[in-house]
Amino acid sequence: MRGAGTQGKSGKGAGRPDHHEEEVLGKAYDSRLMKRLLLYLRPYWKTVLFAAVAMIFHSLLQVVGPFLTKVAVDRYLVVTDRQPTFLDQWLSGDAFTGLAQVTALYLLTLIALFALEYAQTYQMQMVGQRAMYDLRMALFRHLHRLSMKFYDRNPVGRLVTRVTNDVDVLNEMFTSGVVAIFGDFFSLLFILIVMLQLNLWLALVTFAVLPLIVVATSLFRRRVRDCYRRIRVAIARINAHLQEHLTGMSVVQLFNREDKSFAEFEKVNREHKQAFLDSVFAHSLFYPAVEVFSSGAIALILWYGGQRVLGETLTIGILVAFIQYAQRFFRPIQDLSEKYNILQSAMASSERIFSLLDTPAEVESPERPVNPERTEATGGSVEFKNVWFAYQDEDWVLQDISLTIQPGETVALVGHTGAGKTSLISLMLRFYDVQQGQVLVDGVDARLQDLHALRRRFGIVLQDPFLFSGTIASNIRLGTESITHQDMEDAIEEVNLSEWIRTLPQGYHEEVGERGTLLSVGQKQLISFARALARDPAILILDEATSSVDTETEFRVREALNRMVSGRTSIIIAHRLSTVQRADRIVVLHKGRIRESGTHQELLAQRGIYWRLYQLQYKDQEVAVSGDD
Amino acid sequence: MKSLQDLKPLIPYLRSYRRQYLRGFLALLCEVAFWVAVPQIIRLAIDDIQNSLTAGKLASYAGLLVGVALGKAFFLFWTRMILIGISRDVEYDLRNNLYRHLSTLSLRYFQRVRTGDLMSRATNDLNAVRMLLGPGIMYSGRTLIILAAAITMLVHLSPKLTFYSFALVPAIAVSVSYFGHRIHERFEAIQAMLASISAKVQESMAGIRVIRAYVQEESDLKQFQQLNEEYVARNRSLIRLWGMFYPALEVMMGLVAVIVLWMGGREVASGKLSIGSFVAFNVYMGQLAWPLIALGWVVNLFQRGTASLGRLNAVLREEPEIADSPALRRAETKRFAEVSGRILASGDGDGKGSVSQTQGVAIEFRNLSFAYNGRPILRDIQLTIPAGSTVAIVGPTGSGKSTLVNLIPRLYEAPSGTLHLDGADIRECRLKELRQMIGFVPQETFLFSSTLRENIALGVEVATEEQVRRAAEIAGLLPDIEDFPRGLDTIVGERGITLSGGQKQRTAIARAVLRNPRILILDDALSSVDTYTEELILNRLREVLKGRTAILISHRISTVCGADLIVVLQEGKIVERGTHRELLEQGSYYPALYQKQLLEEELEQA
Repeated sequence: MRGAGTQGKSGKGAGRPDHHEEEVLGKAYDSRLMKRLLLYLRPYWKTVLFAAVAMIFHSLLQVVGPFLTKVAVDRYLVVTDRQPTFLDQWLSGDAFTGLAQVTALYLLTLIALFALEYAQTYQMQMVGQRAMYDLRMALFRHLHRLSMKFYDRNPVGRLVTRVTNDVDVLNEMFTSGVVAIFGDFFSLLFILIVMLQLNLWLALVTFAVLPLIVVATSLFRRRVRDCYRRIRVAIARINAHLQEHLTGMSVVQLFNREDKSFAEFEKVNREHKQAFLDSVFAHSLFYPAVEVFSSGAIALILWYGGQRVLGETLTIGILVAFIQYAQRFFRPIQDLSEKYNILQSAMASSERIFSLLDTPAEVESPERPVNPERTEATGGSVEFKNVWFAYQDEDWVLQDISLTIQPGETVALVGHTGAGKTSLISLMLRFYDVQQGQVLVDGVDARLQDLHALRRRFGIVLQDPFLFSGTIASNIRLGTESITHQDMEDAIEEVNLSEWIRTLPQGYHEEVGERGTLLSVGQKQLISFARALARDPAILILDEATSSVDTETEFRVREALNRMVSGRTSIIIAHRLSTVQRADRIVVLHKGRIRESGTHQELLAQRGIYWRLYQLQYKDQEVAVSGDD
Repeated sequence: MKSLQDLKPLIPYLRSYRRQYLRGFLALLCEVAFWVAVPQIIRLAIDDIQNSLTAGKLASYAGLLVGVALGKAFFLFWTRMILIGISRDVEYDLRNNLYRHLSTLSLRYFQRVRTGDLMSRATNDLNAVRMLLGPGIMYSGRTLIILAAAITMLVHLSPKLTFYSFALVPAIAVSVSYFGHRIHERFEAIQAMLASISAKVQESMAGIRVIRAYVQEESDLKQFQQLNEEYVARNRSLIRLWGMFYPALEVMMGLVAVIVLWMGGREVASGKLSIGSFVAFNVYMGQLAWPLIALGWVVNLFQRGTASLGRLNAVLREEPEIADSPALRRAETKRFAEVSGRILASGDGDGKGSVSQTQGVAIEFRNLSFAYNGRPILRDIQLTIPAGSTVAIVGPTGSGKSTLVNLIPRLYEAPSGTLHLDGADIRECRLKELRQMIGFVPQETFLFSSTLRENIALGVEVATEEQVRRAAEIAGLLPDIEDFPRGLDTIVGERGITLSGGQKQRTAIARAVLRNPRILILDDALSSVDTYTEELILNRLREVLKGRTAILISHRISTVCGADLIVVLQEGKIVERGTHRELLEQGSYYPALYQKQLLEEELEQA
């Protein structure tokens, strides 16, 4: 039964979702990983020690039951010549009193067993919980340190799996796996000792089946390992498929993809089933096999022990005790092979967890950050000095960019999609480090500054307006307590959302839903706009921030913006040139290079790329106007 | 096991596997029959040893024991294979059905329900149901049969001893079910917390740029820490109980052993019971321990399983809000010819028809009003879009533009009789064929993590290289594709490269174009594309889609000014309509919009 219980558990362990990294499956035991895992137990070593001692005593006491049975049988039930045990001196000669004494002893043992096991389980599981808590926090903290490059490479689902499911698999190892193996080991050891003690030869005969069990277990293990690997891969695929198709279900439906997507799903689902059926086969073979061996052991005891009893060199009590011990001896062995699965999952999980923890942060605050002086000439300035940047290898996104943005200046970045505008902004915030050249903010290289202090200088509205689940207020504040309600209202007023908010039943405390799904894209953008304004940043960045806002709203937003940009450095990216004309300077990016730079008029006069962009956008209107006239 | 009523939905599955279940239980019965024999053999052997038997007879007992064990093993193998195997089959069936069902549910459903929640139903809950169907049924059946067999045997050995040793069984059963219930509750609370933690991580990782830009790492960590602490706290309350559960059961089983030792010992001592019977009794009780404890585990499985089944059912019972009417489903081909024939003039069901074959569809909104979650979104929409014409929709954010176009492919359901295609109520057209003739480019692009080719060819059965490239060319994506080292075979999305917003939108346009749709809907689908590219795409689209009906939503005058009809939506109402020129003369919003754009220009030129 316990075997089946753990099978269920490990089945669930395998059922935890992961996305694509499941093909790799290491060994079941890796001392390097284990050592590192054990480090997480170190803060709780006293509790662990306590639990271990409790467990050893528990294993020891487990041996007592059959022994007491033996004493009772030999002394009171079957009267034979027997070697007296150490207990006999205290036991009554009268059968009924003696039985009562033995029974009482048995009862005491049970109570002690209960206390020990409870103490051990509770303490060990709590240690597991605390260690997992530490590990999860460490992971999450580390994730917050990793560079944006890491996030470009790793899908969100994978990271979620690391922090939640992988850690939980480990938890299972700490609580049921490792500790139980430890316990099983001691149980085996004590049973072994008692058996050898009771009768050396009979014990040796009993153990004759052990090699068979070892062989069966290793065959089983090999087979099951492959099954579990396939199961994990299949589960990962099922989850990936589900995740994607549930998110994009309306696209599936719009394009009549239901049948095709089902066929794909059915295929991975079938792989999953087949892998499990193979593991069911392995289990179905293994359990009966172990039982046959265990019965074989009992048969050996009967046969060999029986002869010895006939020859009066063995008591019936020992025979009985041996039968009971043999039953208990094989259960932990059966368990051990199950624990193996837990251990294997745990090793695979910890491998992934540690490789995440070992991923270097890449972009980090320097040890001794420079605090920029922020003179009038430098405070709020941004400068690019011969910057080369690529997300990958030599795939240059920005080439030899040199650009100085003066304090208080409003600079517009213009260019085709993919010209490198967003990358330029990511570099200012030091989301990435440049390959060549320098980015200076407030006159100091961004890499020399404290990362957080650097980013606090900016107020940014990103291309994709991201809202967190929570209220409108919490999305504007984003955990910055110092933003007052008044700041928030002012910001909302400036982006022209206050009227809309008044219509909401909960006002500022209206829930926005997961990722802001309850709002339109435009509303989301305006809220992320207010989020930036509420902070009164030194440098304001708008990355295509108004592309999904209608022109009227944008017009009103821009009025606010005109107030906002005065007195602070502003960098604006917009596809609509109307947004950028008021800028002090317009910088035209083309294929990763700065091609033109100047005011709206200057650039028009140049008749270059900007002029072309401008013509295209306004041609239609001009035609219409001339037609009207 | 609050009510077996909860298990009702499983009946069809159980029924379709009834033969296997029958075979499984037969194997189980045989296994138990062998199982019962083992202690009896031990009893006979020990009694014989006491009465001095020959070594030869002893060997035959040992042989018998091994023989019985082999027989038992044989049937145990089949019991497990069959009964656990069924549960995997049912799991497979259930998961397929769940998936199929989900793909019939409407957009509204997916907006209401969280993806993560559905995922956990398709994995965790499904697994819980499987455990119920496989191990749950197997172990409960096994325990019951073993109990029945064992009690018969035990009573035969000594009725009195049996009575006393089973005195504790009701107590065991009651405490198992009590513990099981409480444990289950706490377990659920933990799962809920784990889901919250997952959601938190998911959100933080997805919004990592915002968190970085606003230096919110610490506050985010604090939130995470709170959830984490709550998780540990909930675990503690479970562990407190769980840690007691097995030890308590073991104590109770131990008590049974004590009773056997005490009562049985007295019987043997007073000569009423043979030593062999006493040992057999012990062996029986020893072997009963796990099945009895398994009963507790099974109770747990049933509780978890029924709760999970309830959750699965909530999904499976969800009626597709938008589906073909029953009449339409019954009518099949006849009505299809009649109604769809009108709509699908070319009869081009799989989108492979050539340009010349395809004509546009007339769309008519008749006094349409639409509310979403009780909030009115559209009011009294009266709009006729003649076949082959292009209509543009402008209006402020949140004025209902997207909702309006979502009604056409029935992503949202228009009230009956308010939306007509080629004169027929939209509900008279089969969903599949309706969507077949629409090329829809949604506001937020969704690409699957597969190749560009597959993403573009998403909506057609087969597409030649030529067709895919042509669609990509129309959408202005071809130059980008040629820049990718692997061209059309470039993998996009989570597992591949990340496309820019504009590239994504153009992929979505190519996808819609390749379907050769009779209605093309662009919902602000060029917002991330620069004006230069936009111009090129629109020109090519006009060419290719000559004769089709097109609906464009945009904020840019340049996009909409060429339309046959421009409609201004404000607060869900059509407030202005006309051509670009008409609107400039008669409208108020549109000219204002236009003026504002011109104003900018003039200001700059001044």
